[in-house]
Amino acid sequence: MSDYIEKNQDNDGVDRRGFLKCMAWAGTGTFCLLQGGVLKSFALTDVLQKNVGNLKGDLSFVQLSDSHIGFNKPANPDVTGTLREAIAKVNALPTPPSFVLHTGDLTHLSKPEEFDTLAESLKSLKTDKIFYVPGEHDVLNDNGAMFHERFGQGTQGDGWYSFDQKGAHFIGLVNVLNLKAGGLGTLGHEQLEWLEKDVAKLKSSTPIVVFAHIPLWSVYPQWGWGTDDSEQALSYLKRFGSVTVLNGHIHQTMQKVEGNVTFHTACSTAFPQPQPGQADSPGPMKVPAEKLRGLLGITDVNFVRGKHTLAIVDSSL
Amino acid sequence: MRRWKMQRNKTSRILRTMILAAAAIPSLILANGALQPRSVTAAEEKPGAITVTIDNFSFGPMQIEIKAGTEVTWINKDDVPHTVVSDDHKLFKSRALDTDEKFSFTFKDPGTYEYFCSVHPKMTGKIIVK
Repeated sequence: MSDYIEKNQDNDGVDRRGFLKCMAWAGTGTFCLLQGGVLKSFALTDVLQKNVGNLKGDLSFVQLSDSHIGFNKPANPDVTGTLREAIAKVNALPTPPSFVLHTGDLTHLSKPEEFDTLAESLKSLKTDKIFYVPGEHDVLNDNGAMFHERFGQGTQGDGWYSFDQKGAHFIGLVNVLNLKAGGLGTLGHEQLEWLEKDVAKLKSSTPIVVFAHIPLWSVYPQWGWGTDDSEQALSYLKRFGSVTVLNGHIHQTMQKVEGNVTFHTACSTAFPQPQPGQADSPGPMKVPAEKLRGLLGITDVNFVRGKHTLAIVDSSL
Repeated sequence: MRRWKMQRNKTSRILRTMILAAAAIPSLILANGALQPRSVTAAEEKPGAITVTIDNFSFGPMQIEIKAGTEVTWINKDDVPHTVVSDDHKLFKSRALDTDEKFSFTFKDPGTYEYFCSVHPKMTGKIIVK
């Protein structure tokens, strides 16, 4: 199964060696630096040992993902507890993040009480603002109506939006609605049209950060880990010098660089999922209790204005 | 590099698939009572009823042939929620089924009915009604 990576069947640019390196980061945390559109990554421990101290920029933010409030099975019967640990970790950062992005699957079953617990827990985050995009677990049964009412106020269409922070343009996309039989994540015509217009007015030198739940690159289509029309979305971003795409969904950190676009997936705060093809299905991975926290985590992103650099640091809980 | 596995026992899965396939032959099931999975019991409670088990992100059996008027029950044995939705989104559409939750639909008219899980659309299945 691992020869999927070796043979690179999907022509996705991920080789086995690079992939395994990514997996090693999952437990130790990742430090990434984006320079001129190229993301450089180091194990967090290496960075700490070398005492890389010049990461402070104009903007730093944190990505949280896949909290799955309501999940209560092995390997994590206490997902609210691990979310709290993630929050404590964010609150312990030397500089509070300007904002937090939650890239979906706030809940496991889209239940009102699960959304309540999530919202209540995140109130203790020391940050100015939290931005959300839904995961497929947040839009069960009602096509996302409850999520939209609670977390999607002021957004466009089915919940997409953009905002500017310190010269960078952030775009939140929704790719978990109206999924078609046999397909992957979907953005849809209306959203793509909006995206094209949204970025048309921007200078090509504007750093772009796109965030959505399901990866916008083909991680492992056999398990639904990709988005059918992501290529069209990315075609609108080709002219930009620096594009960073942040996703969740696959409960593990992975990175890929393609031209000026750097793709990054975040850990879950709830439970890990297996590496592509390394299990019968992408169901929750049951790991020994002492290993769990090493496979969960948060992503910390620093943006330095003028240099077009983003530094991404993944930390385990 | 440690390779984490969540692989379930393949032998038991194959065995379960075989038992499900054998559900159409009640005598075979009765001959081996100890191996009866719950899904087969449900089928036995109501003669002519068929059970499709959702396990490891797939519908099993993926394709079944039934007589018109047969009730099909899906049961989710996964740790994550799944749905059962006809490709036209109209004929049948379950709510999200959590672990061990069921959904039933009676196929009255002959035809080929394709369906999928709207949460994980790579999961597809087919019911052929004769």
